[in-house]
Amino acid sequence: MAIKLKHVEAALESVEVFSSPKYELEQYPTSPHLAARMIFTAATSFEDIVDRHVLDLGCGTGMLSIASCFLGAGAVTGIDIDPDAIAQAHENLDNLELDADLVLSDIEHLKVAPKSVDTVVSNPPFGTRHAGIDSVFFLQGARAARNAVYLLYKSSTRAHFERLSAQIGASVQLVAEMRFDIPKMYAFHRQKSVDIEVDMVRVDVSSVTPAAVDAVLADRAAALPSAPVDLAAELAEGAAAPPAAPARSNARAGGR
Amino acid sequence: MRLITHNMLKSSVRGVEDGYPLAIEAEEVETEETEFNQEFIEAMVGKLEWGAFVAAATTLGVAEGLPEELSDEDKGNGEVLQRIHHALLEVHVITGFLVCPSTGRKFKVHKGIPNMLLHEDEVVEDGAAAAAAAPAEAAAAASS
Repeated sequence: MAIKLKHVEAALESVEVFSSPKYELEQYPTSPHLAARMIFTAATSFEDIVDRHVLDLGCGTGMLSIASCFLGAGAVTGIDIDPDAIAQAHENLDNLELDADLVLSDIEHLKVAPKSVDTVVSNPPFGTRHAGIDSVFFLQGARAARNAVYLLYKSSTRAHFERLSAQIGASVQLVAEMRFDIPKMYAFHRQKSVDIEVDMVRVDVSSVTPAAVDAVLADRAAALPSAPVDLAAELAEGAAAPPAAPARSNARAGGR
Repeated sequence: MRLITHNMLKSSVRGVEDGYPLAIEAEEVETEETEFNQEFIEAMVGKLEWGAFVAAATTLGVAEGLPEELSDEDKGNGEVLQRIHHALLEVHVITGFLVCPSTGRKFKVHKGIPNMLLHEDEVVEDGAAAAAAAPAEAAAAASS
């Protein structure tokens, strides 16, 4: 691979991130370092990027999508719930003269044809605001990808994801253990920054059947309270105030 | 939105299992040349939902040179691959709608970005309401 990791990282520094991050959506930017590392590994250690159709779930302002373009993806599609993030992603792609399709959708109601992309990449919300949402990202990815899902999740949730993988016939490979540095972004954050240990994983989904994923998704749908997906009003209210107790119950099936 | 992405999208209307493929009502369409990557097109050809792709390309008037059914010979034919590349990656639907084939619900495409988000009243919990929430007549398109 001609392009070097450090060059990808440098190029990603110009990607504009969330101008007004939305706490309810757990919007934290994926650092250029993390994004470059994840996609570079996918490209050079596993052949999951070059000449592949890559789907970025929860693309935010497009960091992983852009990294995928840089590293030779045949085509990239990014999906996010937030119109502001998507607009920023669009601008980022335009500025870099890169081609990627963007779609506005939430992850719970998203329907894509099973095994319709080669690779899914994702840095999803960890589920601190909407319990279990990280699992939905994982399951949707496992359903959409023919070969592999690259994911970041809290190392503390490792056992949960390994169980989930086993349930659907996938296997998890730990690619790296990293620290996800979340700088003070919200007024109520008291510390200057917080380090979260994350697993960067490659999930082999080549043996996963859509039926197996649907079974688990149906199970969770019963357990997870659904939310109205038009969050605009809620977000406008919530932006200025520090977080109150979540309006929705955090009850869900399965441990973490 | 290029047809490579259209090929994977399904209607998000609740209770609809067969919401594929989405019909396209295109208003503004742009063509942007992009480098032909033969390896990628060869790899994609076997994996596309071919019927949906040809139907979409036909709607957009870019189906010329695309066989109705793809033979092994077609898959190795350079000219066919070029036509596939064009229809799949060079044609962008900028403005218009994607339409649920089951309910007629329209999803707006704006600045090339389809909005698959449902309205609050389309997201209800009980099964009966889910069926009622999908009007037979085309509903107002989601605003972006």
